[in-house]
Amino acid sequence: MKPLRIDARRLLCPMPVIRLQDALEPLPVGSVVEITATDPGVQNDIPAWCRINGQRLDGIEQRGNEYIITVTKLCDD
Amino acid sequence: MTRKAVALISGGLDSLLAARVIQEQGVHVEGINFFTGFCVEGHTHAIRKKDKDKPKRNNALWVAEQLGIKLHIVDIVEEYKDVVINPKHGYGANLNPCLDCKIFMVQQAYQWIRDKGFDFIITGEVIGQRPMSQRKETLPVVARESGADDLLLRPLCAKNLPPTLPEREGWVDRDRLHDFSGRSRKPQMALARQYGFEDYAQPAGGCCFLTDENYSIKLQDLWTHRGEKRYELDDIMLLKVGRHLRPEGQSWKLIIAREEGETRFLSGYKGQFQSLRTLSHGGPLALIDGPTLNDEQIREAAAIVARYGQGKTAPEVELEYSPPGGDGRSVTVAPKAPHEIPQSWYLV
Repeated sequence: MKPLRIDARRLLCPMPVIRLQDALEPLPVGSVVEITATDPGVQNDIPAWCRINGQRLDGIEQRGNEYIITVTKLCDD
Repeated sequence: MTRKAVALISGGLDSLLAARVIQEQGVHVEGINFFTGFCVEGHTHAIRKKDKDKPKRNNALWVAEQLGIKLHIVDIVEEYKDVVINPKHGYGANLNPCLDCKIFMVQQAYQWIRDKGFDFIITGEVIGQRPMSQRKETLPVVARESGADDLLLRPLCAKNLPPTLPEREGWVDRDRLHDFSGRSRKPQMALARQYGFEDYAQPAGGCCFLTDENYSIKLQDLWTHRGEKRYELDDIMLLKVGRHLRPEGQSWKLIIAREEGETRFLSGYKGQFQSLRTLSHGGPLALIDGPTLNDEQIREAAAIVARYGQGKTAPEVELEYSPPGGDGRSVTVAPKAPHEIPQSWYLV
C-alpha cells in the first residue's frame, strides 16, 4: 500500500505527533503514513505515541536535518 | 460495566497521580492533552544547539506511558486565541488566563466524552495549589462554566468537595480518594513514592509560557505595536526564540539568533519576514518584524545586528538585507557600540 505522506518540517513537537495522529484517525487499519519532520524530538515522541496508542513504528531514517518516520495503523482509536 | 474516564494530562505529577488513583479503582482511563502553542514542552531544547545533548521528552506522552493509557493530543491553537485575548476572568500575575484556560479545557474534555461515550472527567486539581485557578472559590466555577458540573472529578482533593456523580453512583469509591489541599507538594510526593513514580516532571513555573514574566512582556509588546490583540502560531513560537530588540519609538523589532540552532530555526521564517545576515564576518541571522523598512531603517537595523557578530569591533561590517522571500542586497555599516544600544530596547 502506498504510504500517505505528511510534511511536518519546521513544526515543533508535539505538532508532528498531532499531524500523524490526525492523519491516521480516518484511515483503515493497515494504512501506512510517512511523516517528514525537522524537530529531533520526533525521534522520541513518535515512537512513544505509537507504543501507547498501539500503532506500529516501522522505521526512522535521518536524511541531513530531516527525519522520515514510517508508521502503520494497527488499530482504530 | 466498566466505566470510562478521560484524564486531563498536562505532563506534571498531579495529573499523573489523579489518573492513577482512578485507574486503581478499575475505571478505564484515557488521557487528553491540549496543545495551545504556549506549552513549555522542550521547544527551546529543540531549537538551541547547546541543549541538543540533553534528554528531551514530551512529558504528557511519558505520563501516559507510565500509566499504560492512550493519549489523545488535541490541537486547540485557533480556539484558544479567544481565551488568551479576551479572558472573562482576567489575567494572573502575567498574561496567564489560568481560570478561563481551565474552564476552556474542561469544556473541551466535556465535549470529547460526549462524542466518545465516556462517563466522566478527571483533573489533577488541588484546592489551594495555584493562586488563580485552583482556589476553593474557583473550583466550582470551573465545573459550572465548563458545563461538566458533577461529571468533573478531582481525585486528589475530592474529599474536600461535594460528592460528584461518579462518587454518588458508586462508579468510584469516595473513601479511596484524597483530601489534599494547599501549596505543599509533600502529599503528592508521598503518593508518587507509593505508586513507584520517580522520574516525574516538576516544572518550576507551571507548564505554560504565559505564566512567564519575560514571555508576557514580549507578547504585550507584540500586541501594542500591532495596535490590536491578535497572534498567529508563528508569532508565539518566535517569542520563545532569540534576542528581541525594539529600538525606541520604532514600529519594527529585531529577533536576533543567539546561537547556531536559533539561526537555523529562524532561517525557516525568511520567506515571511525581512531578514539580515552578516556576510563579512561570522554572525547571527536576524528577522525584522514590522513594516517594510526604508534605507535609513535598514542601516540602523544592520548596525545593531552587526554588534552581535564577530565583526563587532571592526570599523565596517557587510550584511545582506532580504525582503520576505526575496533576493538580498548588500549593506555595509559600522557596528553600534554597546552604549548605543540602551537596555530599554531589549524586550528581556
